[in-house]
Amino acid sequence: MPEVSAFRLAPDGPELGGAICLALQRAEVRLGITGQVHALRGVDLRICAGERVALVGSNGSGKSTLLRALHGLVPLSAGTLQRPSDPRMAMLFQRPHLMRLSVLNNIALGLWLQGVPWREAAEIARAALQRVGMADLAQRNARALSGGQVQRLALARAWALRPSVWLLDEPTASLDPHAKHEVEALIAEFCSDGRGLEALPGRALAESDQALWRLAPQGLTTLVFASHNLGQVKRLASRVIYLEQGRLLADLPVHAFFNPERLQAVCPSAHLFLQGESL
Amino acid sequence: MNGFSDSLATAFGLITSGDADLWTVVARSLAVSATACAIACGLGLLLGSRLATARFAGRGVLLTVLNTSLAIPSVVVGLVVYLLLSRSGPLGFLGWLFSFQAMVVAQSLLVLPLVTALTRQVVEDAENSHGEQLRSLGAGNGLRALLLAWDERYALLTVLLTAFGRAVSEVGAVMIVGGNIEGFTRVMTTAIALETSKGDLPLALGLGLVLLAVVLVLNALVSVLRRWGERAEGGRPLMVAA
Repeated sequence: MPEVSAFRLAPDGPELGGAICLALQRAEVRLGITGQVHALRGVDLRICAGERVALVGSNGSGKSTLLRALHGLVPLSAGTLQRPSDPRMAMLFQRPHLMRLSVLNNIALGLWLQGVPWREAAEIARAALQRVGMADLAQRNARALSGGQVQRLALARAWALRPSVWLLDEPTASLDPHAKHEVEALIAEFCSDGRGLEALPGRALAESDQALWRLAPQGLTTLVFASHNLGQVKRLASRVIYLEQGRLLADLPVHAFFNPERLQAVCPSAHLFLQGESL
Repeated sequence: MNGFSDSLATAFGLITSGDADLWTVVARSLAVSATACAIACGLGLLLGSRLATARFAGRGVLLTVLNTSLAIPSVVVGLVVYLLLSRSGPLGFLGWLFSFQAMVVAQSLLVLPLVTALTRQVVEDAENSHGEQLRSLGAGNGLRALLLAWDERYALLTVLLTAFGRAVSEVGAVMIVGGNIEGFTRVMTTAIALETSKGDLPLALGLGLVLLAVVLVLNALVSVLRRWGERAEGGRPLMVAA
């Protein structure tokens, strides 16, 4: 697979043997004014393009910090983050913030911030709203939406950016079962449509995305999400990472993670966590 | 109580009489304070927003100085501007002392720290709450400052009203640099101070009530504007040109 070697990690990352799109090495994150909160401790992680990775663990285990570190929103105190030089990453927060603008303009603004002229951004935004079934709400004030609509709008805003990497921080945590189902279905759909490898108007496709395009024209959208919903983890993930107090304690394929004997053998504390969550 | 009811009657009489001198003074007061607020808000909104998202060495010291400057007495500001604009001062060549411009400069300097500090607080609260979302969408520090300020525009409207209130109600600075010259630099507050010193307390209080009435009408207008804006919300942010 010669194309794989063309996938260069940047800014100063070495070329890696596989289509690894995100890699953390001995990553440490300290938060707070004096760095008193040790949020991530020595995390080693490699995520390949097209993988669907679930981050699980109790509150305060470092899931959100790990997502933010992968995006670059939180600087590492030590260790290295390697990722493509021009990553198209979308981050979805548990409670997304919408600007005091119309629904349509909230999506267009995200595109405008990526350099897309406003007129074209508005066109793409309309298509994105169509995609999430909110076309009729385009002119409504975004602050007047329900929780489920807010999350769908945030998904549409992210989808419009055509990301090749989706980072989702408990995207359905505060939703009712119906909205949860809708949002989860959209996530699954967006992560399999391969649209992340298309270039935005006026912007060339990044070198790393070109390499992925040659590898898999159908798309290799990567999904990393934090969740407390184990059913959702089973449905969406191909790999599960268990975190505890900022440490990565287990990294298993989804079927192995949900195999009690295997999990007990590999990581007893993850097994205990799973038992507690299943109660 | 008689004094107060006399003052109310005087204020009512002044408002309904259509006294040209009174309305000239009211108009001058509003013009000075509005111009000063426009200048201070133009600068203060930008500075405050930028300070809210910027992180640099010495930021804490700068914020302490900024917050301390909120307590500067208006007479001190007036005195500094007086020294700057006096004939022997560095800006004496402008010939602005005892003029409209001098009063505008003094009031601008008086409310600039207020606008900057309050804007910084409003935008920084927004930055802490959802700045990360904008960063994840690719907004750098400068652009984020503008977007957050735009998002908090209704809270900032209150900051502007506070600044206008501070400017229009101060007397020390305009008295020193304006000189309270009748028909030229006399404004509402200096007129009130003059009438008080002359012992005409009902007239002084009546003028004060007129000033309050004018500010009340302005606040009501801004409130209507705000409600209208909230209803008609949805427009693109102002900084989006294309």
